[in-house]
Amino acid sequence: MERSLTHIALMAAVVSVLALMPQIALTSGIPITATSLGIMLCGTVLGARNGFLAVVLYLLLGLAGLPIFAGGASGYVPFTKPGAGFLIGYPIAAFVIGWLVERTTLPVGFAAGAASAIGGIAVLYAIGLPVMAWTLDISLSRAAFLCAAYLPGDVIKVVLAGLITASLAKARPGVLMSRA
Amino acid sequence: MLTLTSPVKTPFHRLPAGLKMALMMGFGIAVMWAQSPGPLLVAAAVVIMLYLFCGPAVMRLALRALLSLWPFLGMLLIWGWWDGRMAQATLVSLRLGVMVAAANLVTMTTPLSEMLVVFETLARPFSRFIPPRRLALAFALVIRFVPEMGTTLQRLRDAWRARSRRRPGWRIVVPVLLSALDNADHTAEALRARGGVDGIGNADAKKPQPLPAEKA
Repeated sequence: MERSLTHIALMAAVVSVLALMPQIALTSGIPITATSLGIMLCGTVLGARNGFLAVVLYLLLGLAGLPIFAGGASGYVPFTKPGAGFLIGYPIAAFVIGWLVERTTLPVGFAAGAASAIGGIAVLYAIGLPVMAWTLDISLSRAAFLCAAYLPGDVIKVVLAGLITASLAKARPGVLMSRA
Repeated sequence: MLTLTSPVKTPFHRLPAGLKMALMMGFGIAVMWAQSPGPLLVAAAVVIMLYLFCGPAVMRLALRALLSLWPFLGMLLIWGWWDGRMAQATLVSLRLGVMVAAANLVTMTTPLSEMLVVFETLARPFSRFIPPRRLALAFALVIRFVPEMGTTLQRLRDAWRARSRRRPGWRIVVPVLLSALDNADHTAEALRARGGVDGIGNADAKKPQPLPAEKA
């Protein structure tokens, strides 16, 4: 009980720190927000239920005024911007990622990467794009076009999520609640 | 930790946080509903008046906080003009500007602690799924973990720099995460040692039983 609570709080903090990190410069020219890497890790490390709760905790604290949204923003403001759909999609993405990792018997790293691709890209954009199209009053395809620049970064994050989860499992067997 | 709450006290600081949240919610719905510039201009005037009411110091802070919005709104307008849908683009950017400015006012005038109390109150009906005490503890833990992890990150980065001339990159994430996960395990043990999640500082949980003699 205590362990799941502290780990949920910890992963919420991980998402916050990643969101605040100055962009991890991997290849210049690719815009990367590390927030969604944190969302993926919430799912792969904590599993569906706890991963979902960790991301909700992160959103609540950001909404309450802790400056932990991308770029040090907080409060209602990010929820009124066109990217709000992605914020709302985060906990659902974490849930889907955790659910998938819990259910596959694939090797940890591969399972984490594949789940992150499905949850962190497919599910997240399926929620984020319609909201963006609605707030900006543009067509869905145009919204997708606007977000296309983020895709290469997303692919890199999926690979990173797989690698990081695999090294965590190797260094501390039993740390992954999703595979407990 | 630094929050975006205005250090200059305004009359709005005294309003209950729950009321401000409810007003903001209603205002947001109304603004999203508006399909013509008329009501939106009224809404914009109201927001500007509220800011004026706060005084020049708060105005300056707010203008700085909203600085990043201008290029985005400009792009929207240019795009709309190029697309031949200028009216639509004006409506969308007006709506966005008004919403963001109003939301910023709520953030600037509401301390973090008050917002958290509102969340704990709102969570009370769901206490079967999320006990309010656990929610409060989780909030406190995250607020503590964030700066702690920042320090660990800084320390490991310095250590990396001492050894290598290359930039640390993403590899730094794994050791930071490992030390943070260990820290979470220690915190869990410490919590259990102090009576568990529902025990700490809970007067009702462990009320000493009155001695039989006192009962009478």
